[in-house]
Amino acid sequence: MTLLEVENLRTYYTEDDGGLVRAADDVSFSIEPGETLGLVGESGSGKTTIAKSIIRLLADNAEIVDGSITHRGTEITDLSKKALNREIRWSEISMIPQNAMNAFDPVYTVGEQIVEVITVHERGTSTAEAMERARQLFEDLGIDPDRVDDYPHQFSGGMAQRAMIALALALNPSLILADEPTTALDVVIQDRILETIKRMQEEYDSAMILITHDMSVVAETCDRIAVVYGGRIVEIGDAETIIDDPRHPYTLGLRNAFPDITADDQALISIPGTPPDLVDPGEGCRFAPRCPFADEECWEVTPHPVEYEPGHLVECHRADEKAFLQAEAEKRETWLGQEVGDPTADRAPVEEVDD
Amino acid sequence: MATRTRPGWRDLPEKLSSGSRWIAGKFRVFEGDRIGQTGLVLLFGIILIGIFGRPITLDLFGMSQTLQPFSLAPYDPSVSHRGPDGRLLRLEGPSWAHPLGTNHLGRDVLSRVIVGARVSLIVGTIAAFMAVFIGTNIGLTAAYFGGWVDDVLMRITDIAYGLPFLPFAIVLLAIMGQSIYWIIFAIVIILWRSTARVIRSQVLSHKNRPYVESAEAIGASNLRIMYIHILPNVLPLAFLYAAFAVGYAVIAEASLSFLGFGPPEMISWGGMIFTAFNQDAIRQAWWWVFPPGLMIMFFVMSVFFIGRTLEMVVNPELRHRE
Repeated sequence: MTLLEVENLRTYYTEDDGGLVRAADDVSFSIEPGETLGLVGESGSGKTTIAKSIIRLLADNAEIVDGSITHRGTEITDLSKKALNREIRWSEISMIPQNAMNAFDPVYTVGEQIVEVITVHERGTSTAEAMERARQLFEDLGIDPDRVDDYPHQFSGGMAQRAMIALALALNPSLILADEPTTALDVVIQDRILETIKRMQEEYDSAMILITHDMSVVAETCDRIAVVYGGRIVEIGDAETIIDDPRHPYTLGLRNAFPDITADDQALISIPGTPPDLVDPGEGCRFAPRCPFADEECWEVTPHPVEYEPGHLVECHRADEKAFLQAEAEKRETWLGQEVGDPTADRAPVEEVDD
Repeated sequence: MATRTRPGWRDLPEKLSSGSRWIAGKFRVFEGDRIGQTGLVLLFGIILIGIFGRPITLDLFGMSQTLQPFSLAPYDPSVSHRGPDGRLLRLEGPSWAHPLGTNHLGRDVLSRVIVGARVSLIVGTIAAFMAVFIGTNIGLTAAYFGGWVDDVLMRITDIAYGLPFLPFAIVLLAIMGQSIYWIIFAIVIILWRSTARVIRSQVLSHKNRPYVESAEAIGASNLRIMYIHILPNVLPLAFLYAAFAVGYAVIAEASLSFLGFGPPEMISWGGMIFTAFNQDAIRQAWWWVFPPGLMIMFFVMSVFFIGRTLEMVVNPELRHRE
């Protein structure tokens, strides 16, 4: 049975001047139990909004306007806050935030906070039992169990992130939302934390949505990848398909922007232009202004997802020209073309990385 | 009744001992903290003076029950002393018989200072506690829920800000009668507003911190987030305002006593200073003015010092800063 099903989700933010920011616009995807889905995209593409819609942690000015989110058949968007707290939050869906250090309450020890989560959600569990579980979790995550008595500020960044993973796993949830869990850490620690998350997720048999802007992170960790652009999922499919055989020009561009360790002496190619303004985006493909392959149809008609291989959906009018797109996208000249409608794009915004 | 293998009361000693260990652990912050210890000693001394200053008797069903027979005060504070020649001992300087001299009615100043501790303690602690309790809750609720709740509560606070203390207290006491309870009430009504404002702004900043969001994600209810997560983070500020409030309450009580709105039979430190002022004795009778003034100062100081140290109980980051 599908664990989580998101259908036609639209989450809009109302700005002070009354404008609507369509941060998630017609987003659909699903997750099977135990699966890891990566949400990749630039900053401001709507990845976090999608995750926060699932656990209903949206800001006061944001609203789920349309669509449904079902967890094992239960509609989450309709649940009262009380029912949501009791049935879904943390016991079924937990979250690993970006900056664990600030995500702990500074006045309680980390152990006390894990104990609180356990005793509040599982009535009848004694404090001593809960503390024992907290110590066990710490041990599983490679932290000295005696550190449960420490306060958050006594932890290093990586250790706080591990403690946060312990907290996320405390109730053995069916789904973990990891919102850029390694962004605040240095590269060495990042790698270890990802390994830990992966290992724990398998051990505890939880599904995970991993939100990141880092293509290499999802490549290593995820079973499936959804590429988010301008509040929409532009391409979704198996990790291998998205990494090795993508069809969407944006995915091709993202892939170029990250180094391939097998190739030597490569210069990274970046995608020109900036993410779209999500206030009233209008008709047409949202990537068209930055897309080197955009034609008239792309500007006028909003594309809809088309399934090319089983489970591989692409939202692009020219996705059927796979071979052409892939060949052209590898060439630097392709991405030097000016951004249509943006007169400043002549100054080829290409970053060169020499190493 | 079903057989219970472990009756609840059997756990009681264990629970009590673990509870007292917890409290003792929290009070360890006073270790090595001279200022906090000074505050504790001062406050403890003033409380002892308050309790043992005069015997406490309780009238129950026509029977008077003595709860506390000791009297630290050498004399009855309302007896006028006369010299061997039968003359009233007016404004006598310190002597062996009267270490702090006498006042304009020949009453023993030391006894009056000792007895006056009670009023200051009662007014100071009750008024400050109530004001900070109300202010903290209102500030917390207003900031946490925001919207119309915030609007309503903050407009009420604005109204409280519009009340001038003395005219309000004078009218209140004139209507309701001069009693220590109405004095406390008047002080509380004036004092809670500043705490409410300050706590509200502090909670507003805490409300958007990641730990509150994660508490929400964990499924914590509003009340739990407010009182278990946000409140301990803003408590140091409440302590500080409680210390301010104690000082303010003692001084406000003194002002009201000075204006003659305290109960006439009530002896308080503020009242003493103002009587001295009224009698134009401030410049000559230092023994009448300094002792109650110093006592007010010590009391306010002790609360400040303790409040400063208690910050460390609620703020572990302060505790670990070497």
